[in-house]
Amino acid sequence: MAAFEVGGKTIALDEEGYLENLSDWTPEVAEALAKAEDVTLTSEHWEILNFLREYYEEYQIAPAVRVLTKAVGKRLGADKGNSKYLYSLFPYGPGKQACKYGGLPKPTGCV
Amino acid sequence: MADYEVPKLTGEGYTVVPAVREGVMAGKGPFIAKPDFQKALHFPDDFAAVGELVPNWKERALEKMADLKSRYRSLQVFLDICVKCGACTDKCHYFIGTSDAKNMPVARQDLLRKVYRRYFTFAGKYFPKLVGATDLTEEVLADWYNYYHQCSQCRRCSVFCPYGIDTAEISMAAREILDHVGYGQKYCNEIIGKVFKIGNNLGLPGPALFDTVEGLEEDVEADTGIKVRFPLDEDGAEVLLVTPSADFFAEPHIDGLIGYAKVFHETGVTWTMSTIASEAGNFGMFIGSYETMRRVSLRVREAAIKHKVKRIVFGECGHAWRVAYSFLNTLAGPFDFLDQRYPVPQHILEFTWSHIQAGTLTLDKTENDDKVLTFHDSCNVARGSRMGDYPGGQFDIPRNVIKAVCNHFVDMPADTIHDATFCCGGGGGLLTDDLMEIRVKGIQPRAEALRHVSINNGVTHMAAICAICKSQFTKVLPYYGFTMDQIVSVHQLVSNAIILQRQVSVQARPDEDGDDDD
Repeated sequence: MAAFEVGGKTIALDEEGYLENLSDWTPEVAEALAKAEDVTLTSEHWEILNFLREYYEEYQIAPAVRVLTKAVGKRLGADKGNSKYLYSLFPYGPGKQACKYGGLPKPTGCV
Repeated sequence: MADYEVPKLTGEGYTVVPAVREGVMAGKGPFIAKPDFQKALHFPDDFAAVGELVPNWKERALEKMADLKSRYRSLQVFLDICVKCGACTDKCHYFIGTSDAKNMPVARQDLLRKVYRRYFTFAGKYFPKLVGATDLTEEVLADWYNYYHQCSQCRRCSVFCPYGIDTAEISMAAREILDHVGYGQKYCNEIIGKVFKIGNNLGLPGPALFDTVEGLEEDVEADTGIKVRFPLDEDGAEVLLVTPSADFFAEPHIDGLIGYAKVFHETGVTWTMSTIASEAGNFGMFIGSYETMRRVSLRVREAAIKHKVKRIVFGECGHAWRVAYSFLNTLAGPFDFLDQRYPVPQHILEFTWSHIQAGTLTLDKTENDDKVLTFHDSCNVARGSRMGDYPGGQFDIPRNVIKAVCNHFVDMPADTIHDATFCCGGGGGLLTDDLMEIRVKGIQPRAEALRHVSINNGVTHMAAICAICKSQFTKVLPYYGFTMDQIVSVHQLVSNAIILQRQVSVQARPDEDGDDDD
């Protein structure tokens, strides 16, 4: 179990670096989580993170990769609506890495 | 990519047995479940924090061992009869990939057996040193936790054991004991908790499932021009399809789900999935807990009754099929309310194959001409179940279906398929990021066989029928130079080849069927 500080507040993380309390999430927390893995969040990353958070708000789960690529394709253009684009932003898998920065729980199961 | 050495492949098609090394894979094992996760599964949760043991852990562990060996005669027999002949030593993919001495199946089993001998046999009680019996200590428990999570319960070693000792049962028993002293595995137990709370391993709530299947209906219509239904919670359907929740979520799993839907559409057999049983998987088996396995299985019964179906069909999931085929009637039966003219339950491949034989499906094999296929037998299907009505049907039926939809199929070397198949490396509750090293090393024998047919037979894709296998392969085969899109679902191949003839689904919604009679 780890913790780190953002803006004077201590944020608890689980063993895998996901937020213990999802309500701790702020954009600054996302930046800090990404920075810890040597990733600088660009506006392209944020387009994805914002969609993830909206989807999670509605369905209480991260979207399937297929749902994500389709939504990204609709919103941001067909050239971005594919998993290759998503993996270029989040090389450890859009499901897991983007969920971590976006303050969503990690998808579990046979995935 | 990794801070350990990824094994090298030769492409020769056979596995070189490594020289034994001591303690290469020593470690702490996977993340431990916190008390909350244990509580949800009715395991003791009276330990203060992750990594601590419950009070009186030694007595409680031995009590559990006594309980298990009295409940399962098989366990007692397997603990007693091993003669250390060594036939199993080089049969384990984790031993081959790691060379750790304790990953020889006989040695891994002996971690439990030596404690059993100490407390439950005459010789072990009075002359422990003579018979290799040892006290149960915290170090021994830690060793159990580490090494029993380096066994995927694939049972390949059991095939070669002259006594037929089922190593998986010993791993399961060890994990069950560990769950009773505070050493539950986070990955499995958190997931089982989600099944109880939300209905499936992924934690997909009903609204998310409805949104997903609606999206799939749109996609298939855009692709084919036909409104293929993906019914969810539709009472009165003929078939209840129980499939792993990864089929709603991951790639290439979801392409398999599209294949099932197209097959049902063409056959005109009405079907439904269920938000109650939105998971075929049953991790209760991995942790050796009969009670958990039963609780998970009862959801299938509940869904079948609620939706008033006549048949139950399972989607592509390896261990789910073992539980379904081998244990479901005991766990959740009797299923006397189902149509007895069909197998209870039936595998989606049996369903599809029967319709291919009957000529119900129009197939164009050339749709898969861009691929040369091979097939990975999932351990739990190959060694823990059957398909069709004769021994070995579980090997033939998936291949029959692939050959009916693809022109190019080649098998991997004979000692890596059928009942000698190698595990994908991620089965039995090991499909978690905190066990990546053992997953990478354990996939080696399968990767070696795949490399062999890639070089010699031009194989481009490997088909699988298990959600765990598909996820493990797409994630880990890239460490060996393969790409994730080389892994396909068998029903994805069916989906590619099927030419839809039925213009309107028999389950079309009233506003879609072209009639205005209601």
